[in-house]
Amino acid sequence: MTSEIVLQAFRFGFLLLLWLFVFAAFRVVRADLFGGRTGRVASVPPRAAPARKRGSRGPRHLVVTAGPLTGTRITLGEQAILIGRADDSTLVLTDDFASSRHARLTNRGGQWYVEDLGSTNGTYLDQQRVQGPLLVGSGQPIKIGQTVLELRT
Amino acid sequence: MAGLTSAAGTDPNAAPVGTGPTPKRRNTELLLLGFAVLLTMAAQCIVDLTLTDALRPELATFGIWFSALWLVAHLVVRRFAPYADPLLLPCIAMLSGLGLVMIHRLDIAGNTLGRNNSGEDAPVQLLWATVGLALFIAVLVVVRDHRVLARFAYTLALVGLVLLAIPAVLPNSEINGAKLWIRVAGFSIQPGEFAKICLIVFFAAYLVDKRDVLALASRRVAGLELPRGRDLGPVLLAWVASILVLVFERDLGSSLLLFGIFVVMLYVATERASWLVIGLLLFSGGAYVAYQAFSHVRVRVDTWLDPFAYADTGGYQMVQSLFSLGTGGLFGAGLGGGRPDQVPVAKSDFIAAAIGEELGLFGLVALIVLYLVLVERGLRTSLVVRDGFGKLLAAGLAFALAWQVFVVLGGVTGLLPLTGLTTPFVAYGGSSLVANFGLIALLVRISDAARRPSAPPAAPVAKLTEAPTEVVGP
Repeated sequence: MTSEIVLQAFRFGFLLLLWLFVFAAFRVVRADLFGGRTGRVASVPPRAAPARKRGSRGPRHLVVTAGPLTGTRITLGEQAILIGRADDSTLVLTDDFASSRHARLTNRGGQWYVEDLGSTNGTYLDQQRVQGPLLVGSGQPIKIGQTVLELRT
Repeated sequence: MAGLTSAAGTDPNAAPVGTGPTPKRRNTELLLLGFAVLLTMAAQCIVDLTLTDALRPELATFGIWFSALWLVAHLVVRRFAPYADPLLLPCIAMLSGLGLVMIHRLDIAGNTLGRNNSGEDAPVQLLWATVGLALFIAVLVVVRDHRVLARFAYTLALVGLVLLAIPAVLPNSEINGAKLWIRVAGFSIQPGEFAKICLIVFFAAYLVDKRDVLALASRRVAGLELPRGRDLGPVLLAWVASILVLVFERDLGSSLLLFGIFVVMLYVATERASWLVIGLLLFSGGAYVAYQAFSHVRVRVDTWLDPFAYADTGGYQMVQSLFSLGTGGLFGAGLGGGRPDQVPVAKSDFIAAAIGEELGLFGLVALIVLYLVLVERGLRTSLVVRDGFGKLLAAGLAFALAWQVFVVLGGVTGLLPLTGLTTPFVAYGGSSLVANFGLIALLVRISDAARRPSAPPAAPVAKLTEAPTEVVGP
């Protein structure tokens, strides 16, 4: 028979490894929540990432803070963000007060502008109805129907 | 103003904003998958060394097959769902690996005792995992956008109900008192496992269509918001039909599972707590009627309340399971060190007791935490994904998994009456394994859509009315 001491080592060693696996999974969950700068497991950068400027401090996320989609978070890139009920919108709203192509967020020189696309019920930036393109600051609420959006860094 | 709109998104010289592309974390997934495979192999070696003092030559075959399985799964995800959640695959790899180890361990116990009436089950389970992987790949390749599924909602509901009903009308479908099997050429298939997924898709599609009506057009009765009957018609019909079929097939577990999924999806869709109250009332009524009307339900409840009073008859499994868990204690007897084969049907219904005996409370809790991570990823996907159907579907699938684990582990540990559900990915049983692979494939698909950075809109699906007319030859 395999000696007793070896069996004991197996017994506890395996449990230890199993929990190591669980903690590795936790690290990934954590990295996912806090932006991927926490652990080596999760910080494998994509090879072909384009040169990025860490210094630019523009908003990084569009977050829904009220309405049926609360909690939804969209990572901002270069592309404009279309908001509306149409299926091909970036953020598809299921809201009777939103138009199918309601508003658009565009990036110009690292700053984001909100623009109403001729919606029926209007888009509001800080209580003010959006007529032409308006500069959106971080944390300023954009209201579309029952949905409220914010840019976050 | 015009300059602004045309410059946006097209000017390559615009200063980059944000963090660039969302990390795909595919390498993390590969790393964790490797870890899971390694752990499984280590466990296999420990079992063999403890029980037979030697390593089998088949171990190499198993290792290669098992690693290949997950490598293929990983490559398929890399190709077809590059932004998918990186934790889904490693978690199911670890769970099914642990399951295979325990089944193999029970195979050995059966052989040495000369009670080998079923042959080696571990290779069969590995084969089923391979079939499951095939389904996983098929789902990922065919369903490129989960929203397409919403269009087949009523078809899927019909398929689900037919799948549920088949064993009730077929002869020769009864195993251990439950009529829920199709037996073809030596194989037993449990179609109910697949019906579950079809019905979740249907519920999600239907509720996302009707949720405004369900939440708003309601009457207040005794402090509860009750919806109009006609809004509920199809869902109630689907539910009643599935419950009837299940009662007829005497399958307590699936009945409970479907009912739970139904109530929670209604709650998620409408954000009305009154649904939970209605569900609880309906459940209590149903449970009372079932207890009065069916002897098999009464046996389950009685043995749950006092297993030791029925230790020689109906409570034997339960008592053995409790002894098994008690023997395991905190740290377990070590892989291959216990006697989990003392519990009847340890490979399928009671595999959690076997794991509890050999790996102890620490091992069993690790198992539960792995399920927790899976469910958390599912619910997170549901939060992040941008369309309502995806949200409901992901929440429904994640909840189905959580509910199933709760009911099974509750049964094994004596918290709930025993039902006939299987521990997902771990327990021996082909249908359950294959169906759960399909479930995870759907979650992977939705999480890919959820984590994908705001991409240029996908090409709109051609509508039938806009498609050019084709002349079909004779």
